[in-house]
Amino acid sequence: MRPFRSVTSRAVVLDRPDVDTDQIIPKQFLRRIERTGFGEFLFFDWRKDPDFELNQLGADRARILLAGRNFGCGSSREHAPWALQDWGFEAIVAPSFGDIFRQNSLKIGLLPVELPVEQVKASMRRASSGEELVVDLEARTAGGFPFELDDFSRDCLLQGLDDIGLTMRDEAAITAYEAAYAAPISTLAL
Amino acid sequence: MGRTLFDKVWESRLVRRAEGVPDLLYVDLHLVHEVTSPQAFEGLRLAGRQVRRPDLTLATMDHNVSTGDDTPIDPLSEQQLAALQRNCDEFGVPLYATGSGREGIVHVIGPELGLTQPGLIVVCGDSHTSTHGAFGALAFGIGTSEVEHVLATQTLPQRKPRSLRIRFVGEPAPGVAAKDYALAAIGRLGVDGGVGHVIEYAGPAIEALLMEGRLTLCNMSIEAGARAGMIAPDEVTFAYLEGRPGAPRGADWERALERWRTLPSDAEAVFDREIEVDVSKLVPQVTWGTNPGMVVPIDGVVPNPLSFADPDARAAAERALAYMALKPGTPIRDISVDRVFIGSCTNSRIEDLRAAAAIVRGRRVHAGVRAMVVPGSAQVKRAAEAEGLDRIFLDAGFEWRRAGCSMCLGMNPDVLAPGERCASTSNRNFEGRQGAGGRTHLVSPQVAAATALEGHFAVPT
Repeated sequence: MRPFRSVTSRAVVLDRPDVDTDQIIPKQFLRRIERTGFGEFLFFDWRKDPDFELNQLGADRARILLAGRNFGCGSSREHAPWALQDWGFEAIVAPSFGDIFRQNSLKIGLLPVELPVEQVKASMRRASSGEELVVDLEARTAGGFPFELDDFSRDCLLQGLDDIGLTMRDEAAITAYEAAYAAPISTLAL
Repeated sequence: MGRTLFDKVWESRLVRRAEGVPDLLYVDLHLVHEVTSPQAFEGLRLAGRQVRRPDLTLATMDHNVSTGDDTPIDPLSEQQLAALQRNCDEFGVPLYATGSGREGIVHVIGPELGLTQPGLIVVCGDSHTSTHGAFGALAFGIGTSEVEHVLATQTLPQRKPRSLRIRFVGEPAPGVAAKDYALAAIGRLGVDGGVGHVIEYAGPAIEALLMEGRLTLCNMSIEAGARAGMIAPDEVTFAYLEGRPGAPRGADWERALERWRTLPSDAEAVFDREIEVDVSKLVPQVTWGTNPGMVVPIDGVVPNPLSFADPDARAAAERALAYMALKPGTPIRDISVDRVFIGSCTNSRIEDLRAAAAIVRGRRVHAGVRAMVVPGSAQVKRAAEAEGLDRIFLDAGFEWRRAGCSMCLGMNPDVLAPGERCASTSNRNFEGRQGAGGRTHLVSPQVAAATALEGHFAVPT
C-alpha cells in the first residue's frame, strides 16, 4: 500500500453525522472490477447539488477531509476509501468512523484520524477560514491536536507494509494451527 | 472469571497472539460474491499467490443478478459475473452460479446449506455477514483487501472488539417480529451505538425465536454500527442444522453437539456494556428517515427535528425529512407508498414469506402499489412454491421473482424511481439506497404485506 508520513493541505469540511458508504460511492459504480478510477464518482448524488462541499473552489486540491461522527458507516465496500483516495484525499479526520470503513482505509494507506468532537469542530472552523492543516503521522498530530493510533497500524502506514506479506511471516504458526485443526466444514464436499 | 460466547469463539480460533500486534484469527468459512471479490483475486494473481483453503471458501452470485426471467443485464454487470466465474475456475473455489439451483443471497445460503455452524469464524466481503452470528458463530463483514488476505492466508489480523449484551425480555404482542426487535434496539442505541462492539442477543424473547428471526436480528447488528451480533446456540439451532448438507453426521454430529453445548456465555461472564429491551412494550416499527436509527412505532408520528437536543442530530433530521418529503407530526399510518419490497438478507427466508403470505392470502394489493417478493435463495423459492406461497402472492398482485439481493441495494434493474416511496423489509434506508431519489421505509414482512394491501403503513388486520 501507499506509505503515509504527513500531509499539509486545505481541508474539505463535511459537517454531517453518519455519512454512509452508499453516499460516498453509490452502488451503480460497484459493477466495475478495477481498483482505480472511482474518484470521479465520489459522492456522486450529493455532487449534483452545486452547494455541496466538494463542489467548492479548491476542493479538488484538498488532501484532508474533516467529517462528522460515524463517518463511513454502512456497507463494507472498500470502493468508498478507494474513491476518497482516488479523489486525492490522504487523511480523514472525524470524531468516529464505521469499523469496516476504518479498517479498509488503514489497509490502503488512507489515514483515518479520530479526534474528540470539539477538536474536529475547531479544526472545521479553521479550515473554513481557509487555513491549511497538517496531519503528521510520525508525531501523531492533526491540526495541532494529538491523536491516538496504535503503534502497529502506524508502522504499517509509515512503511506502506503489505499486510499479507506480514502475515506470511507467521506461516509456521498458521501451519501449526492447521495441523491441530479439524475443519468443521468442507465446501468441496457438498 | 467467566467467558462470553464471543470470548470462547475468539480464543479457539487464535493462531497467534503477540504483544503490540493484532491477534491472528483462523477463518472457518469465507463466503465470496461478485461485487467485492474481483480486485482481491486480481491481487492474488499479481502477487502469484493461491487460495489457501478452497475447501473453506464458497462463492455465489447475488448482488448484481437479474431477478426477472429475461431482464437483460448490462455489459459491466455481465463482466463482473464472468470475472467471478473465471476467478473461481482458476483458483478452485466452488461457485453456486445463477441457474445452478443452489444460488442465492450469500447470507441465506450459508445457513441453509448447513455451513454456518456454532463456534465458527465466518467472514465475507459484505457488512451483513453479521447475520451468521445467529448460530453462535463469530461472523463479520470485511473489505476487499481483507478478502484478499483471507483468500491468501485463511487468517485475519484483528483487534478484539468490546462486548455488549442486549437482553430481550417479555412476550411480544401478535404481529411484533424480530425485525421490530432489531429496529427498536437500533433506535435506542443509535446507528453508531454499537461501534467497536460485538453484540450478544440474549434473554427469553431470543430463545423463543426461530432461526429465521434470529438471523434477521443478527443481520441488523451492523446497522447499530456493531461488528457482529451473536446468539448462543441451543436446541432450536441444532434442530435447524441437523441433516443439512454441510452439517456433520453420525458420530461427528454427536461430537459437534458436545462442543456446541459448551459455547454459551458462562453465567458469571462480564460484558463491557449491557442493555435490556422489554418486547412486551413493542409495537411494529417503521423508519421515517435516512438511517435505520430514525425509527418510530407504527402508531407514532414523524418526529419534529426540534425535539432532538443534539444540533448535529437535529440538522440530520431536517435533511432526512427534506429527502423523505415528510412533515413533522404526520401519523405514520397516513403515509402512503408506491412500492413494497419483501426480500433481502434481512427478511427473505421461508418463515418471512410464510408470515407475509398469511396476511396476503385471498386479498389484493392496493391499486397503484407495485409490490414484489424476492426469495432469498433458489432453495427458498422452491420451498415456497412447494407450499403454494407463490400463488398466494401472484393472486394478490405481487410480483414473484428469482433469488438475489435485488432492490435492497438496487445494483440490478430492481430500483425505485426518483421520488417513489417504498415499504421495504431490507436493512438500509440510506439516501438513494434503493435507487437515486427513492424513499425507503424499513419494516417487518408483516407490516410490508399489510401495507401493500392498504396502500399506506398498516398492521395486519
